[in-house]
Parts: sequence; C-alpha cells; structure tokens
Amino acid sequence: MKILVSGKTQGIILKSQHAINFLGTVDKKTGVISDKNHELFHKSIKDSILVFPNGVGSSVGAYTIYSIKSNNAAPLAMICQKADLTVATGCALANIPLVIVDDEKFSSLQSGQKISLDTESSNPITLL
Amino acid sequence: MELTREEESALKGEQGEIMQMAYRILVATGEATDAEKLIPIEWAHLSGVNYNTIGDAGEEFLSGISKNARVKVKTTLNPMGFDIDNVSNYNLDDNFISKQLSIRKSYETMGVTPSFSCIPYEIFDIPKEGTQVSFAESNAAIHANSFDNLKTNKESAFSALASAITGKSPYSSLRKEDSPNLTIRMKIDNPNELTYGMLGFFAGKVGNNSVNISGVGEMDRRSCKALCGGMGTSGTCAKFLFGEGDPGCEKVDFDKKEMNEIHDELNTSEKGDLITLGSPQLGLEEISELAGKLKGRSFKKRCMIFCPRTVKEQARKIGYTNELERAGCEILADCCTCLTPLISKENVDSVTTNSIKGAYYLKNSNGVDVNLKSLSKIIEDETR
Repeated sequence: MKILVSGKTQGIILKSQHAINFLGTVDKKTGVISDKNHELFHKSIKDSILVFPNGVGSSVGAYTIYSIKSNNAAPLAMICQKADLTVATGCALANIPLVIVDDEKFSSLQSGQKISLDTESSNPITLL
Repeated sequence: MELTREEESALKGEQGEIMQMAYRILVATGEATDAEKLIPIEWAHLSGVNYNTIGDAGEEFLSGISKNARVKVKTTLNPMGFDIDNVSNYNLDDNFISKQLSIRKSYETMGVTPSFSCIPYEIFDIPKEGTQVSFAESNAAIHANSFDNLKTNKESAFSALASAITGKSPYSSLRKEDSPNLTIRMKIDNPNELTYGMLGFFAGKVGNNSVNISGVGEMDRRSCKALCGGMGTSGTCAKFLFGEGDPGCEKVDFDKKEMNEIHDELNTSEKGDLITLGSPQLGLEEISELAGKLKGRSFKKRCMIFCPRTVKEQARKIGYTNELERAGCEILADCCTCLTPLISKENVDSVTTNSIKGAYYLKNSNGVDVNLKSLSKIIEDETR
C-alpha cells in the first residue's frame, strides 16, 4: 500500500470499477456523477470512502476535488488501484486521505462495507 | 522521494505557507509517480482558468494565493470562459464575467502570461530538444512529449501550479526515456481527424503512461492535435511513439469494431443545432485552410470557431477573418469548446463537431447531444 495523502477517517465504501474523470462528470456542489455511461451515474460521492481504479482526463479535475471539499460534498477518503496526478494533487490540496492499494486488496473492498482508514496504523484499512 | 535541505525546509513551512503548499503538492505528485527527486523545469502551462470549471472555490483559492505567490519560470495559461470582445452576444450573466475577470487578475498578479490557449506548442517557440516542462493541459502535455521533443508529466492543474511557483517538478518516469509495453495497431484506411480523435480516445483507455502506435502514415497538424486531444480525455496516458515498439509488446488492434464503439459512445444525435470547431483551439494554419474551403460557401447554421487571441489577430491582419465571418462563422479568442459556458442545454439540444475531446465534455458537462462529423463532411453537409 502506498500512502499519498495521510489521514484518519471511517465510513461506508462506494466502489466503482470505472475510472473517474472529475472534471465535467462530478458536480462541484453536490458530488453527484453526471456521466450516463458511468457505473455511479446519479450517485453522490459525498461522505463516502470512494474506491475506484484511478482518475482520468482533464488536469482541471484537481480543482473539482478541491471544490467538492470546499462545498462539503467530498468523499471522506479515496482508495485507488493506480496513482494519477489529478486525484493525488486534488486530495493533497483538499486534505482528503488517499491511498493506493494492490489489485487483491482492491478486489476485496465492496460497496456498503463500513471501514476505518488510518494511514498511521500498521493495518491502515480495517473492516468494521 | 529525496529532498534537498532547502526543499525540506520549504515543506516544513519555513519559507511561508505558499511554498509549503506547493511542496506538499510536489511531494504527493512525486510519491504518486515513484520519482526519486525534484528537477528544475523551464516552462509551466497551467489549467484551471475557466470559471465554469474551477467555480467559486477555485476563484477564491487563486485570489488568496495571488497575494503572495509569484511564478519562478515562464508560465502560460489555458483558455478561460469567453472572448471579452463579443461576450455581450452570448447572454452570459454578470457574475460569471466578474468572477472570470478576477481569475484573470489573480494569474496576472502572480506573473503568468495571459495566453488563454490550450495549444501553447503552436503559439510559443518550442525550447531545445529534451527540455523539461510542466504542462497541465492534457492535449498539450501529450503533444509536447510526442511531437515537440519536450518532457512533461501529464500534470494536474495543481502540480503545474506548484511547478510554476517552485520552478521544479518530480523526476517521474515520463521525464525519462521510456519504452511502452503496449502497441496499438491502427487498421482504419483513409483516416481523417475524427478517426485520429477516436484512435486517441481508444489509446487513452487502453494505455498506461505511454503507447506505441503502428500503421499510421503522415498526419497533418489537425490530425496530430485530434489524436492528442482524444487521448488526453479518456486516460492517464501522456505520450505516444510511432512504430511497432519492442517485439515483446502486447498488441491491440484499433479496427472498425473499436472505432464504432467509441463513435456510439460519443455520437448521440444525427444532426446539430450549431457547429463548433476547435478543441484543441485552431491555429493559424487551420484557420487559413478553413478560409480556403469556405470560399464561395456559407454555413446554413451557426458555426463557432475557437482560437488563441494571437491567432485571431493574425487572421484579421491577413484577411481570413473577413472570409470566415462572411461565411457565417463566429470567431472566439481566449476560450474553447471544451467546458464552454456559451453553449447551454436551455438553448441548444445538439452540437455538431469534429472534436472528440469537445464531444466528451459537451455531452457530459454541458449536457447536450453531440453529432460527430469530420471537417470535410461538415463543410459538405452544413454549407451551401
């Protein structure tokens, strides 16, 4: 596991197998996904532990992450399979904990599970 | 990542809050890309300019940091939301205009060149081969790595901003020599710029950091830009190399089936209420060519053309502007199709474009239907 932005939180997982293009497909005020082809279409990522493969697309997506945080519509934490700079820097500026996990761990995480995430702990992700 | 003593001190906050923020972003970027150190860069190109994309939070953030932050290297800027010369024609509210002008002022205060262009590679001189730069605009980063012999990460808006303020960037894999582990075999005959846009979109979906592309011949500038724009939209990939690549490379075909899938994903209408050209913005060469194709013809519906201000000024001097306006085009500088606030689903149901990047954002962000057509087909069908 790689820790890109440290922090501690607990919450319910919202997982997608699809990558997320934060710019243009995530509403800045509500955190709702607007891409009709996306697995999370119409769902809000607000206050979730958002688990998804990686961010894609426009570099301005980092501002969307900062905006949803400023508008209290951000996930509590993000867990990705692959690091990308839009998500890494957006989370760094917005102080949203972000970790990268291996494929096995990624597969084991499921929507609806309640977990605690603590990047300082020896076992950072635990099921509650 | 190893930091020098001075970099450590900046990260601890000993050189002020702005430097601390910038180094926090660089460290996250470095960790994300497994970089071992920071290296100097000579040019930063920033995204995060259009009020439509960064919103109030972005406007306030930039206004706040502009009090103290100053850029250390040449820094240029992506498009904003409108062209001040003709914004009154587009029914944009006053709040949008004043917030956009505030964003402009913040960047200028920081020492950024207000170029408002997503094609910096076409309007500025390209530095010598191998120069390290930090380009946030995805099509520009891909173009810089693939056609201009420059080296950049596919930066985010914040990593490029941090690079502008510090003059540094993590020494990530894209900044070194790399050999892609995937080759895309282009199988479509007689491709036009729309085909190349879809090829790019496909490459972004299947590629990782970089890909080889085989089976493509000479490409004109429009096709190169379409390829870069398409790839930047769909993935994390930031470089393509032409050729078969290493023999051990995994091979993937881009044939009719793959192309049709992308076409069906992005093309949602058989016709458009208006036409947009430019995403990436058109350069002088494309404007000149378009003026030539439109001789003696006129558009049957509105056609919006997006270009950098320097190109708009050159086009006026040479006389292309007259020709294009006569044919019914609206020429807009400083902004682009992508994330434009000038097209809204309240007034427009569908847009015809030859841009895959434009199509993606029109559909997902503006919420309008999209009709994809190549430029030659647009001229054939939409003019008389």
